[in-house]
Amino acid sequence: MTAAATHRKAEDENKKNGSVVVKMEHLKKSFGNNRVLRNIDLAIHKGENLVILGKSGTGKSVLIKCIVGLVDYDEGKLEILGEDVAELKEKALGELRKKIGFLFQSGALYDSMSVRENLEFPLRRQSHSISKEQMDSLVKEALQNVGLSDAIDRAPSALSGGMRKRLGLARTLILKPEIMLYDEPTTGLDPITSKEISGLILEIQNKYDTSSVIITHDIECAKLTANRIIVLKDGTFAAEGTYSELEKSADAWVRSFFE
Amino acid sequence: MENVLLQHPENEIQETAELSESTSESPADSVFHKFFLEVSSITMFTLRFFKEVLKPPYEFKELMNQSFQIGYKSLPLVAITGFIIGLVLTIQSRPTLAKFGAVSWLPGMVAVSLVREIGPVICALIFAGKVGSGIGAELASMNVTEQIDAMQVSGTNPFKYLVVTRVLSSTLMLPLLAVFADAVGLLGSFVGVNLNGHVSAFLFSSQIFQSLDFRDLFPAFIKTFFFGFAIGLVGSYKGYYSNKGTEGVGKAANSAVVFASLMVFIIDMIAVQMTSLFQN
Repeated sequence: MTAAATHRKAEDENKKNGSVVVKMEHLKKSFGNNRVLRNIDLAIHKGENLVILGKSGTGKSVLIKCIVGLVDYDEGKLEILGEDVAELKEKALGELRKKIGFLFQSGALYDSMSVRENLEFPLRRQSHSISKEQMDSLVKEALQNVGLSDAIDRAPSALSGGMRKRLGLARTLILKPEIMLYDEPTTGLDPITSKEISGLILEIQNKYDTSSVIITHDIECAKLTANRIIVLKDGTFAAEGTYSELEKSADAWVRSFFE
Repeated sequence: MENVLLQHPENEIQETAELSESTSESPADSVFHKFFLEVSSITMFTLRFFKEVLKPPYEFKELMNQSFQIGYKSLPLVAITGFIIGLVLTIQSRPTLAKFGAVSWLPGMVAVSLVREIGPVICALIFAGKVGSGIGAELASMNVTEQIDAMQVSGTNPFKYLVVTRVLSSTLMLPLLAVFADAVGLLGSFVGVNLNGHVSAFLFSSQIFQSLDFRDLFPAFIKTFFFGFAIGLVGSYKGYYSNKGTEGVGKAANSAVVFASLMVFIIDMIAVQMTSLFQN
């Protein structure tokens, strides 16, 4: 085992022992007769990068959308940062949501706004007392973090796919979330840009000590970013472990993801 | 599970719709089912608007921005349409009035027609085409590209920010545009009257003011608020709950115009009946 791998293994152990930031118990979600999530039990630890793999339509996106509240779950218990979501009032839920960042597959940039305005928008919404200077400084810092300082006055439509993803990431990070949810962060990108995005995910984890859930089909991204991997099949967890463990899984179906 | 981070009433309806597909319903039942689902959905949407419009925080900045986009940017189109309607109405009415030797009534007749009915309705239809479809397409496009979801997760209430501001803006802007359309239409009528003779501006305006009274102006003005509300609400509803995909954007824009135009005629019919009832 190399020194880097040993270091990573030790880091993984630390993450496992850290406090739980997201806890799901017997979570279920159906759309009509289609049971998308069946009895999901999951704990995500502080500072951990959890990658969820699975075929399309197995409920990966629904799972993270349940965490952020874009999709209502039917049954079960969901605790975020120690608070039972079902027992929170609307205002408290809004406050809780501020601590969760979500990077959408498409970037979900506001087309009618410039890059600067895209970053200013969440700041204005969440802090009405913020000064122009503070806002400028936060916007510049966020763009610098993702290497987009030169694009500050451009329109989102003038950005490439990779730049849009990075801008989406900057817009999410500007609020300093404690939990990051990534919905297929490298889909549709070339291998070099994908690697850059994976690098950014790691950088964010190290810099801000965020806990992340990463939905991906990109095995390289999973290899680079995951402390732990879960393989989802038909709405349940088919396998769980580190990259190296699952790569050598006895289950041929699980192993097929890594080939 | 009742208390979750976000509520999306359409989710429930979609789920119910999916369930209904699996049961053995006749086509007629299915059409009725869909119709009542749509009616219940738009009713919930309207009730949510009234709930959100009263609840702080208020989005004044976005309201001003939307009023500028919806109102000010519609001025040229409304002006051209109003002028042409006034001009054409005058030119077309002249021969009929001439047969009865009543050409002098032309300014008054055109003014009553324009102010009571044609001005507000034509302006509302133009508004439905431009603004209703614009709101429908914009919100549908935001829905497709997950921008509405992005707003939700960043702690913004997208209904309040996107829907309430647009519906309020169209409710407030259409009456102003209709008054403007009436004024420009009367200018067009003045030009039309002078194409076949000479009538001074003073005489023209005095004939207009003699023929119009409060009972012509007030109901016509009030109904434009309802037109604006219906157009904004329908456009927002169609866009906000559009289907995912580019096809959904086209459908949202198209159905927003069709449904909003239909609503204009229905509201107009009700307004005319109510006005007649009160005036008699």
